[in-house]
Amino acid sequence: MTDTFVIRPPRNQWWDVWDQFKSHKGALVGMVVFLAIVFFCFVGPYLWPYSATYIDIRSRNQGFSAAHPFGTDQLGRDIFARMMKGGQVSLAVGIVAMILSVFLGTLIGVLAGYFRRVDGILMRLTDLFLALPLLPLLLVMSMLFRQPLASIFGVEMGIFLLIVTAIAVTSWMRTARVVRGDVLALKEREYVLAARSIGTPNRRLITRHILPNVLSPVMVSATLMLATAIITESALSFLGMGFPPDFPTWGRLVADGVDYLQQYPSRAMLPGVFISLVVLSVNYIGDGLRDALDPRIRGR
Amino acid sequence: MFTYTLRRVLMAIPTLFFIALAIFLLLELSPGDPLADMPLTIPPEVREQMRLALGLGEAWYIRFFKWLYTFSIVEPSYMLASVTGIEGLAIDSQRIISFQTRSPVFDIVAQRMPQTLWVVGLSYLFGILIAVPLGVYSAYHQYSWIDQMGAFVSMVGFSLPTFFTGPLLMLIFSIWLGWFPIIYDTTLIVDSVENFGRQLRQMAMPVFVLTLYNTAQINRFVRAAMLDNLTQDYVRTARAKGMTERVVVLVHVLRNSMIPVVTVIALGIPTIFTGAIITEQIFRVNGLGALLITWIYASDFPGVLTLSMVFAILIVGFNLIADLLYAILDPRIRYD
Repeated sequence: MTDTFVIRPPRNQWWDVWDQFKSHKGALVGMVVFLAIVFFCFVGPYLWPYSATYIDIRSRNQGFSAAHPFGTDQLGRDIFARMMKGGQVSLAVGIVAMILSVFLGTLIGVLAGYFRRVDGILMRLTDLFLALPLLPLLLVMSMLFRQPLASIFGVEMGIFLLIVTAIAVTSWMRTARVVRGDVLALKEREYVLAARSIGTPNRRLITRHILPNVLSPVMVSATLMLATAIITESALSFLGMGFPPDFPTWGRLVADGVDYLQQYPSRAMLPGVFISLVVLSVNYIGDGLRDALDPRIRGR
Repeated sequence: MFTYTLRRVLMAIPTLFFIALAIFLLLELSPGDPLADMPLTIPPEVREQMRLALGLGEAWYIRFFKWLYTFSIVEPSYMLASVTGIEGLAIDSQRIISFQTRSPVFDIVAQRMPQTLWVVGLSYLFGILIAVPLGVYSAYHQYSWIDQMGAFVSMVGFSLPTFFTGPLLMLIFSIWLGWFPIIYDTTLIVDSVENFGRQLRQMAMPVFVLTLYNTAQINRFVRAAMLDNLTQDYVRTARAKGMTERVVVLVHVLRNSMIPVVTVIALGIPTIFTGAIITEQIFRVNGLGALLITWIYASDFPGVLTLSMVFAILIVGFNLIADLLYAILDPRIRYD
C-alpha cells in the first residue's frame, strides 16, 4: 500500500476551534452583534456630541429625529447617549461579575477536585449555596449594604463593587461543580501520573496540566455567566435596587420607560431590545463555543 | 430505599439551619434601622425604648434562637390549628410579628400566597404541558422545521428577560389592542361568569410571560434526554421485536427520558417562585414577591427573614423530592 499522506505543517489547535466556530452561523452572527454593541457603548460616547446627563428641558419628550436618533426623555436628555452610558455600566458589571464568578468557581472546583481533604466540605458549601433563595438574598444585600459601601468608595464605585460582588458570590456554584467533575477525571490520567512521578509540585501540576484541560468547560460557563450577570444586574436595577436613579443602566432605563409606556413606548422597548440582543448573542456565542471546543464534534 | 430517604431527610435539617443562620447574620450585619422611618423629633431615650419594644435589645444569638423556636414550633402549631379548626392545638406564645404592620408574619404570607400560586402554578403547568410534547417531537424529528423553531423559541425564551417581555406584552395587548387590563386586580372575587372572564383576562399576560420562560427551560432538557435515549440499544431491540413506533417512542424512550426531566421540573419549582418576583412587580400582582420587596424597603427584619426562609424551605424541600423521585425512577441511584 502506498500511503500518500499530505503532511500538513503543525497547526495551533485554536485555529481548528476557530474553523469549527465559524461554521456555526448563529454564533458568528452573535459575535458580530455583540462586538457591534460593545463598540457602540464604549466608543460611541467619544463620537457623539451629547452627554448622557445633560438636561435640556426645552427639548423634552421629543420623538425620533436626526439630532436625537432615539428621541429625548422627560428632562430633555438625549436617549441615544443614555443608551451608550447605560450599556457601559451594564456590560462592565456583567463582564467583571463574570470574571469574578468564574474565578471563584474554578478555584473552588479545582481545589475540591484535586485535594481530597477539602472536597467534602467545599461540596457541602456548594450545595448550601445552591439551596439559598438567591434573588431575595441579592435584593436584601444590595438594599442593606448600599449606604456603607457608598460612603466608603463613593456612590458609583460603591454600588458597582456591591453589585458585582453580590452577583459573583451567588453564581459561582455551577462552574465549581462542572470544574470539579472534570478535575476528578483528569487527575487519574497517565500524563498527570507521569508528571507527578518526576516530582512536579502540586502547584505546577495544577497550573500546567490541570487548568489548560478544564479551559473549555470554563469558557462555556463563562459565556453563560456573562448572560446571567447582565440579566441579574438589569433585574436589580429594574426593581430599583441597583444603581441610583440619575445613573443610567439598561435595566433602570426600562424601569423608567415603563412609566411612559402609553405615551412613548420606545423608551422602555429600546433598552429592553438591547439587553435581549446582548444576552441572545452571548448565548449563541456560548452554543458555538461549546461545539467548537468539543473535540468529538470538531472537524466533522 | 428507606435508609436512602432517611439519610436525605436528615441531611436537609442542618442545611436549613445553616441557611437560617446565614440569612439572619446577613440581616444582623447590615446597618439598616427599622426605626429609620420614625420622626426625628422622637427623643433618644424614647427611641431606645421603642427598640427594646421591638425586641432588639437582646444579643443576636438569643434573638436567633427565639426566632428559630417561634418559626419551627409555634408557627406550625398555629398553622395546624387553623387547618384542623381545633383552637387548642395552637401553643399560647408570642408569634413572629412584622415590624411594619405589627401583625403576625404568617397571616400576611397566607393572604398573599393564593395570587402567587395561581399565576406561578398555572404558568409552570402550561410550561410542562407545552415543553414535553414539543421536546419529544423535536427530538424524534431532529432538524425538522418544528425542531428548528422549537430551538429558536427556547433560545428566545431563555434569553429575553421577563422585565422586557412583560412591558412588550403590555404594550401590544393592553395599550394597542386593549384586550387585557394593565394592572392585576386582587380584590376581584370570582362569583359569576363575567368575573371569571375578567380573572382570566388579567391573568393571561403574567401567565404567558412565565410560561414562555418555563417552556424554554424545560424544553431543552426534554429534547436532550430524548436524543440521548433514541440511539440506545434497547430502542433497536424494541423495534426488532416488532413494536409499533408509537409504543417505542411514547412508552420506552419517553419513560427513560423522563428521569432527568422530572428532576429538572422539581428543581425548577422553587426558583420559579423567586423568579416571579420580577413578573409580579411588572404586572402589580401583590403576591409573595411584591411582599418581599415591600418588606426589604421597610427594613422589616422578621418579615424578610421569615419570607426568605419560606423560599429556602421550598428549595430544599423540592431538592429532596427531586432526589427521591430520581431514586424511584432509576433503581441504580439507590446505592446504600
